[in-house]
Amino acid sequence: MHARSEASTEQAAAWPEEIFAILQRYQARQVPYVPDAGHSQLIQRVLDSSTMRGIPLTTEEEGVALLAGAWAGGQRGVLLMQSSGVGNCINMLSLTQIFRFPFLTLVTMRGEWGEFNPWQVPMGSSTQGVFELSGVRVLRATHPDEVKDVMEAAASQAYNACTPTAVLLAQRLIGTKVFVK
Amino acid sequence: MSKANLLDRRQVVSTLLADRKEALVVAGLGASTYDLAAAGDNPRNLYLWGAMGGAVMMGLGLALSQPDLPVVVVTGDGEMLMGMGSLATVGVQKPKNLSILVLDNEAYGETGGQMSHTAATADLVGVARACGIPDSKAISTLGEIESFAEAMQDTSSGPRFANVKIDAANLERVLSNRDGTYIMNRLRGALGHAPI
Repeated sequence: MHARSEASTEQAAAWPEEIFAILQRYQARQVPYVPDAGHSQLIQRVLDSSTMRGIPLTTEEEGVALLAGAWAGGQRGVLLMQSSGVGNCINMLSLTQIFRFPFLTLVTMRGEWGEFNPWQVPMGSSTQGVFELSGVRVLRATHPDEVKDVMEAAASQAYNACTPTAVLLAQRLIGTKVFVK
Repeated sequence: MSKANLLDRRQVVSTLLADRKEALVVAGLGASTYDLAAAGDNPRNLYLWGAMGGAVMMGLGLALSQPDLPVVVVTGDGEMLMGMGSLATVGVQKPKNLSILVLDNEAYGETGGQMSHTAATADLVGVARACGIPDSKAISTLGEIESFAEAMQDTSSGPRFANVKIDAANLERVLSNRDGTYIMNRLRGALGHAPI
């Protein structure tokens, strides 16, 4: 088990760069997000990008609706959030079936793999089930060397086949948050 | 339950869209969607029949992807209250081509007319302004709706927000299309986007 790194003090991981490159290739333009430490490197790449627009949200469900509107206007996007935000999205996820638009979300997981904070566990435990009950296919990446393939598959089925897809980025991958040293 | 001197919602929306040109219109679920349908069907209409609280965000996604076209969101006070955070998100993005018009009857008309927070204490104009949309105002006359309709065509001066207190009478429903894929693909087609 490795600890979650502080983004500013340690070397950047390779997998967020791989995700960014795939999103670029699929021409994702609007990137709504509720911040999470596990997404911090990717969010920074998006905010620095000239082709993507990072859009901070007040709650995750806003991102589902935003991506529906973006698609209506001809743009693709991706929603970045933490597992605790998935529950906030449930009713709005109806839009993925109603509009059949290319919905892709990347979810950093909490509440698993050595979690310290019990408040993260209930939603983290039901994240996959909530997506599946809502008609969203779930793919999971647990190890750094599988992120690229998982992400490529997710982007392909979401953008090419309008199959609503969530990628769960495991807490084992992003590192367990350390509260007490 | 009608009060004197309040505007008729159908007249407000038909006046707003009388000379809409290329405007894209998102209508919140319930009466706002019926108002949009009553004003005349158009491929550039995005009718919502659910997803309560999402109308402004759909308008934002649309506005950011089509920055040269006017985008207007027409929704009710209940729907706006549920998506109040989206005004803060709009305030940060500042899309110059986005206009938001709230039809405020101070009630949940679709479910029996239960009072909404705007009947008591909530001031949506104040909320919008405090969220970073300085061009936010209360509207009470059709003349102001005409001015708003003109302003919304200017895609370089938004975002703008207006709240209009309307008569709370429940009008006969005018049903729009409710097949989401049809509505979505028709709108995309009108903008030149092919199906996948």
